[in-house]
Amino acid sequence: MNSQPKLRDPTAESSPVRRARLTPPPSLDGKTVALMDIGKSRGAEFIDRLEGHFKKAGVATRRYAKPTNTKVAPTALMQQIAAENQLAVIALSD
Amino acid sequence: MPDTLLPRDGLVIVAKRDCPTCVLVEPVMQSLDRAGPLAVVSQDDPTFPSGVRSVLYDDELERSFRLNIEAVPTLIRFKDGREVERTVGWERNEWMRLAGDAAEGKGLPAWQPGCGSKSVEPGVHEALIARYGDPGLKSREIAVGNWDDPMEACFERGWTDGLPVVPPTDERILRMLGGTERKPDEVVGLIPPNLAPCTVEKVAINAVMAGCKPEYLPVVLGVLEAALDPLFVMHGLLCTTHFSGPLVIINGPAAKAIGMNSGVNALGQGNRANATIGRTLQLIVRNVGGGLPGAIDRATLGNPGKYTFCFAEDESDPDWEPLSVRRGIAPGKSAVTLFHGEGVHGFIDQKSRTPEELVRSLAMGLFGVGHPKLCDAGNAVLVLTPEHYKIFKDGGWNRRRIEDELFQALKRPGRDLVWGAQNVAEGLPPKYADQVVDKFQPMPDGVLIVRAGGEAGLFSAIIGGWPGQRVREECQSITREIRP
Repeated sequence: MNSQPKLRDPTAESSPVRRARLTPPPSLDGKTVALMDIGKSRGAEFIDRLEGHFKKAGVATRRYAKPTNTKVAPTALMQQIAAENQLAVIALSD
Repeated sequence: MPDTLLPRDGLVIVAKRDCPTCVLVEPVMQSLDRAGPLAVVSQDDPTFPSGVRSVLYDDELERSFRLNIEAVPTLIRFKDGREVERTVGWERNEWMRLAGDAAEGKGLPAWQPGCGSKSVEPGVHEALIARYGDPGLKSREIAVGNWDDPMEACFERGWTDGLPVVPPTDERILRMLGGTERKPDEVVGLIPPNLAPCTVEKVAINAVMAGCKPEYLPVVLGVLEAALDPLFVMHGLLCTTHFSGPLVIINGPAAKAIGMNSGVNALGQGNRANATIGRTLQLIVRNVGGGLPGAIDRATLGNPGKYTFCFAEDESDPDWEPLSVRRGIAPGKSAVTLFHGEGVHGFIDQKSRTPEELVRSLAMGLFGVGHPKLCDAGNAVLVLTPEHYKIFKDGGWNRRRIEDELFQALKRPGRDLVWGAQNVAEGLPPKYADQVVDKFQPMPDGVLIVRAGGEAGLFSAIIGGWPGQRVREECQSITREIRP
């Protein structure tokens, strides 16, 4: 493997090199949260607990699962999650 | 240079088999090896020269680069690990002075020039600087993951216009900077909307990304300088809700030199210079200036020319006064004209046979710019194709005559244009009802006439302008000479 590729910044360099995370929404009101089980063992139990907390808080949720934990989620699944939700929890377990 | 394979006290010869002089002195290298110590750095063949014990194959050219070799053969004498003398090419006296009697080369000519080193071939030298040297670039480095696609990294960082860009590596940027004699740290200007300083280096980076060749860079710099003329109002053009974006027209020898298209499909796809020069300007405004669609760029619809919109004028007819000359640039000089252009509107007239017929017909087409009842919706560019131009030329009309006649043909009675006239609400305020109104500003600003296009087709193109052009003191098309 060659050394890590490097590019030069074409911008005015007014933002940090490391891209900022998206700002969390100020409120969950009216939002739907995707709960995606990535397929690790007991991940579903963790998602179940989260789902319960969201339900108590009055936040809508939708459940999704990766077909296998060994590969990235299929594009169609990611597009579906993006289309149907405003937020997502991708849950690990073990 | 800590290179343990080179003798601390002795001789180094850099050579390549592809060089006739290096082949000529092969017996001398063998003789020097017997006298030793000697190392030969071979750029292109690990078996050359034969009969020498220490041949260091330099296929990566790192040694040649670090030894700063410009031509081969180069004979260098080292003492205490440091270079003390060198000579380039074959010159018996010099070789004997550096290396003694073993370098006599009996039977060889007294002198023969060498060949260029592989390490200074075009493109190679810049790659070697990027790999082993100090590129001297000031823009910050952005690391890309070993397994990540650099092109995708450019997308993820928001550096593209929606199409893939060429990843700006040091090697490519250095090659691009080779296209100009201007210093990389020279500030070309402040790029709107953020008024961020833009150096020649930043221009080069964005030119790489747009796909430019290094020889386009002087034109790109000329285009950018024109765009930054306050009278071009680049900030306003960027943030308008209107369709327009910068249209670039290139005149003069630079256009020919870099192979720009002024002929078949001149306003379309397929020519690298046309495509990438216009694109570079847009990328600079996006990346350096921060002018992002949906943010400060509030175009309701925009137009495809906002990816790139650039072509050259056809100057093949010596009777035709080029656009740049009409706008004050000396004949024979290269120049850029920037116009606030919306999309291309095709104009068809296959029946006119005289200049009088055609100019009236063109005026009808031009009246549609913005709205047929508006006269302050911007100026226009008229791209005359060869077949339409021939009608004017055969009738004895030159550029000035066409402009004058077109200006007259573009007058309308205000009563036909005011609000509500012809049962159309849009139009001019009632005060114009008793006036004769000009569609555009006086020539040559009102309609920039430029020749381009393929030989066949009784068509021309109308490119509408931007309503911001309505106050000439505040906003104009810009024509500037391109510095070599």
